[in-house]
Amino acid sequence: MAGPQFEVPKLTEYTDVPKIKEGAMAHVKSFPAAEGSQTFLGYPWALTDDWHDRAINKMGDLLGKYRSLRVFMDACVHCGACTDKCHYFLGTADPKNMPVARQDLMRKVYRRYFTLPGKIVPWLVGAEDLTKETLDDWYSYYHQCSECRRCSVYCPYGIDTAEITMAGREILNTVGMGQKYSSEILTKVQKIGNNLGLPGPALEDTLLGLEEDIELDTGVPVKIPLDVKGAEILLITPSADFFSEPHVESLIGYAKVFHAAGASWTLSTHASEAGNFGLFNGNYEVMKTVAMRIRDAALELGCKRIIVGECGHAWRVAYSFWNTLTGIGYGADDPFSIELQSQLDSRFPQPMHICEYTWDLIEKGTLKFDKSLNDDRIITFHDSCNVARGSRMGDEPGGQFTIPRNIIMAVANNFHDMAAETIGEATFCCGGGGGVLTDDLIEVRVKGALPRMNAFNNVVQNNGVNFLGLICAICKAQFTKVLPYYGFDRSMVGGVHQLVSTAIKLD
Amino acid sequence: MTTLTLFYTGLYYLAAIVLIGGVAYRIAEYSRTPAPLKIPTTPAPTTNAGVAMRMAREVVLFESLFKSNKWIWIFGWMFHIGLALVLVRHVRYFQEPMWFVIEFVQPYGKYASFAMVAGLLGLWARRFLVDRVRYISTPSDHLMLALLIGIGVSGMMMTFVSHTDIVALKAFALGLVTFDWHPVPTDGPLLVHLTLVALLMIIFPVSKLLHAPGIFFSPTRNQADNPRETRLVAPWAAAAERK
Repeated sequence: MAGPQFEVPKLTEYTDVPKIKEGAMAHVKSFPAAEGSQTFLGYPWALTDDWHDRAINKMGDLLGKYRSLRVFMDACVHCGACTDKCHYFLGTADPKNMPVARQDLMRKVYRRYFTLPGKIVPWLVGAEDLTKETLDDWYSYYHQCSECRRCSVYCPYGIDTAEITMAGREILNTVGMGQKYSSEILTKVQKIGNNLGLPGPALEDTLLGLEEDIELDTGVPVKIPLDVKGAEILLITPSADFFSEPHVESLIGYAKVFHAAGASWTLSTHASEAGNFGLFNGNYEVMKTVAMRIRDAALELGCKRIIVGECGHAWRVAYSFWNTLTGIGYGADDPFSIELQSQLDSRFPQPMHICEYTWDLIEKGTLKFDKSLNDDRIITFHDSCNVARGSRMGDEPGGQFTIPRNIIMAVANNFHDMAAETIGEATFCCGGGGGVLTDDLIEVRVKGALPRMNAFNNVVQNNGVNFLGLICAICKAQFTKVLPYYGFDRSMVGGVHQLVSTAIKLD
Repeated sequence: MTTLTLFYTGLYYLAAIVLIGGVAYRIAEYSRTPAPLKIPTTPAPTTNAGVAMRMAREVVLFESLFKSNKWIWIFGWMFHIGLALVLVRHVRYFQEPMWFVIEFVQPYGKYASFAMVAGLLGLWARRFLVDRVRYISTPSDHLMLALLIGIGVSGMMMTFVSHTDIVALKAFALGLVTFDWHPVPTDGPLLVHLTLVALLMIIFPVSKLLHAPGIFFSPTRNQADNPRETRLVAPWAAAAERK
């Protein structure tokens, strides 16, 4: 590995709030999207001649469609409560990475074109014309936000910078300034069925290989079925689970849980991806199109339950948006949704998180474990941002924090939480979520991981922690890449169902 | 009627129309704009009653701000609670006879003005002392604080230093609401106070003071966490679904 072209922050006991350094990250520019994928998504791929009017029109369009954007543009009082809450600010000291300043990049344009004082006395209220430089600033700083919503916890009006970043990226796409990484992924998922572009036959091969591995390892013929019509459960999981390390260990864990429970289940080639990057770009239609693959697969295979694997933003989209976008859920009165909802088994929540499923079986006593098999691991758990602040597990608010921890403690003996102000709803993002998990943003990713790395380092030093338990494919990929920058071994990263996999007893 | 009285009478009708009309327009705009997706910041209440409680805690106690930053919370809460008491106290200028609660609150409202101005000074100090807050402050952020402090101090001048003709003032204020106009008293602190308050009312609907109605419309705070049980579809999204 060539040395980084930037200074990796030093680990400290607490994450100090830095003095601001203007322009510290202004040089960051994610690779721009190319013609092929942008054309497929229906966007221009180079800056259009009418970019100015296009951008303003799109902003007006979004202001009329999203109450969040409309209210958030008006409500901020510049109190400063959010200024020290973003991991990218804490890791880079660039003031434009403070949530309010990131919002103000758009708010100054909103004020200039959509408010009376901004039209009459722009200098007074911080309103500015939209220029090419503004768009460049947007491109840089809206790709230094992982849409993790930590700022929204602390804002007295609940202003969620993620909503503004999403709108900003949608406007950028509209004028021909798309980002390569997200654009390509959204194209692959629609053309091939998953973000990694893994075609059906390759997937089938991979799963057969995994089945052999499991049988060699355990002596038990655990199956990983694909495209089985009439299976009761449809598992939707991030495609990284099929071949990335350590992701695949969790897939093996799910398979063992299903096996032990005697469940009838299947994966789908057509919907071989839980992730939905439509969320990151703030395009409702694209997000809907991507989500519809799951509905189509469920209808085609006739499944009665839909369960989602370990993936943070996918679970947010599944839990919070699938009912809206695709009718996967309950409570609908329209034919579109009723068709699917009458097929689903109403005894269970739809969709269900794999952790909800496993914990339910543990509580019922269906699963048996030998906890000592995890004794070489001293475990901590990182709450993924989208699960923590954008979704839930179980029946009670906060179940998304207790259920994964309960599972870990049911399958392992050594568990230590990180500091309270860095977990739960206050959790720090891994630094790679929201469409920034790309090598061209490695500086942003490494620096943004600083607050999490500090908290992790404390439990490593004080409690001997050697395993960072995760329930998100992006977190797993991000930490695998970033841990070595901070002097940790990448093999410390793993999934919660990897721990389940180690300890579960199979007959 | 003197020119001065005519001016202030007209000013207050204008200010009232702009404030009420402007805020009503904003509320209509916020109501009209759909929230197409369920985006409560979780953990969130799962019922509407729970949402009402969450909102009440936000509006009365500033719960999120308390989690966020104790200094901003102390100053902000002092200011808002002080202002609320002072406003309730001012109801006495618009009714005869007074309700019991208005009478009851008079001494508290009087001293609440100190909390109000102290809170504002604290918030203003942060705009100079904290580099992050200095960076985000615009001229209007400073002027807004100056305006509120001006209102507070000119009001306190009349309560604690040089009293205005309170009987004449009440006649003027009551006259505004009963359309039976009376002359405005002419002492300096009162006229400054009245002018600044009218200015505040006029800029309310086009300024960051919209955070007051805005919080009630904030989807991250006013939505229940029940997306698996209820299907939310915005009208524009439903229209696209039918196509």
